[in-house]
Amino acid sequence: MNNIKQIFFKGIIKENPVFVMLLGMCPTLGVTTTAYNGLGMGIATMFVLIMSNIVVSLIKNLIPNKVRIPAFIVVIASFVTIVEMILEAFIPFLYDQLGIFIPLIVVNCVILGRAEAFASKNNVYHSIIDGLGMGLGFTLALTVLGATREILGSGSIFNLVLFGENANTILLFILPPGAFIALAYLSAIYNKLTLKN
Amino acid sequence: MKKLESTFFNMIISLTLVTLIAGVSLAYMNELTKGPKAEARKQKQIKAIQTVLPEITNDPFAEKQAIAVEGEKDSLFVFPGLKNDKLAGIAISTFSKKGYNGLIKLMVGFTGKGNIHNIVVLEQKETPGLGTKMTSGSFLKQFIDKNPENFDLKVKKDGGMVDAITGATISSRAFGDAVQTAYNTFVNEKKNFEK
Repeated sequence: MNNIKQIFFKGIIKENPVFVMLLGMCPTLGVTTTAYNGLGMGIATMFVLIMSNIVVSLIKNLIPNKVRIPAFIVVIASFVTIVEMILEAFIPFLYDQLGIFIPLIVVNCVILGRAEAFASKNNVYHSIIDGLGMGLGFTLALTVLGATREILGSGSIFNLVLFGENANTILLFILPPGAFIALAYLSAIYNKLTLKN
Repeated sequence: MKKLESTFFNMIISLTLVTLIAGVSLAYMNELTKGPKAEARKQKQIKAIQTVLPEITNDPFAEKQAIAVEGEKDSLFVFPGLKNDKLAGIAISTFSKKGYNGLIKLMVGFTGKGNIHNIVVLEQKETPGLGTKMTSGSFLKQFIDKNPENFDLKVKKDGGMVDAITGATISSRAFGDAVQTAYNTFVNEKKNFEK
């Protein structure tokens, strides 16, 4: 039981994909202009991560070692396309927001990384827990980063205006350079807090 | 079960199977979501028409007409709104390709006199947090009840009357351009709908 707990929490805290491992930077920096976008992207990624972990873990013995990477990528890309279709059909509001970023999930190295490092070596149950933990860690990091950039750059959070319509905000944080600056400060703070020893 | 050896035969078989299964399940999902996807797009347009037009009693979607634009492959769509068989307003789905990231699609509603009743942004790929502010009320409200005949749709920087979005002049220009296209179409087509 302790083992399960460990697998679950390591993705959220000790091996947080964004703040500690610095994986999946492309969607992380690209979509986190608002807290809402960060949250949506995180949840979509978590879904793909869990599903691909399950499938990779199930077929791990049927895939010869030398062709495992292309096989994993096909599995991941299929789930990404399925997510895109479902969002467009049933949650058009979120699809409008995230539309162009969803295909980016395919190249998110968190997903391929977990398939390769964890799911291809562990059973289905542990792989689900791992996907859930990593996915939550990723979602959490993206939401915090998105919220920080939204507060500083647009003066709002989850589209709620904080300082009035015409407040002077730091436009830079909405733009790509602001993503790097915000991420650097946040991961510095995060590591200061978690890696005391 | 033991892991399969990386022999030539095993590799071909397993990759073929993986891609085959992926292809079949994607085709199946595509069939499954085709209907709801088209429905979602239509609902979005209907909602936009209802927002940009004053109260109407007909179904503008049923009377939609395509109007070709000079020099463009895509055409505008005109949705006449009637109240008790009299023209209440015309909604025009218009576009501009001059956005910061290309295409911007709007739904613009004009009252019979040519005043802008309301505008809804249907599609845009502008910079998140900058150009995307064109969807916000604070930008859109400056157009409401204005008649493009005496309200120049260029941004103030270019000698017009539109307050551009801070840091997104190109997006604001494209927005004005799309509304101007819609207005030109409105002026040309209005007489065809007055009964």
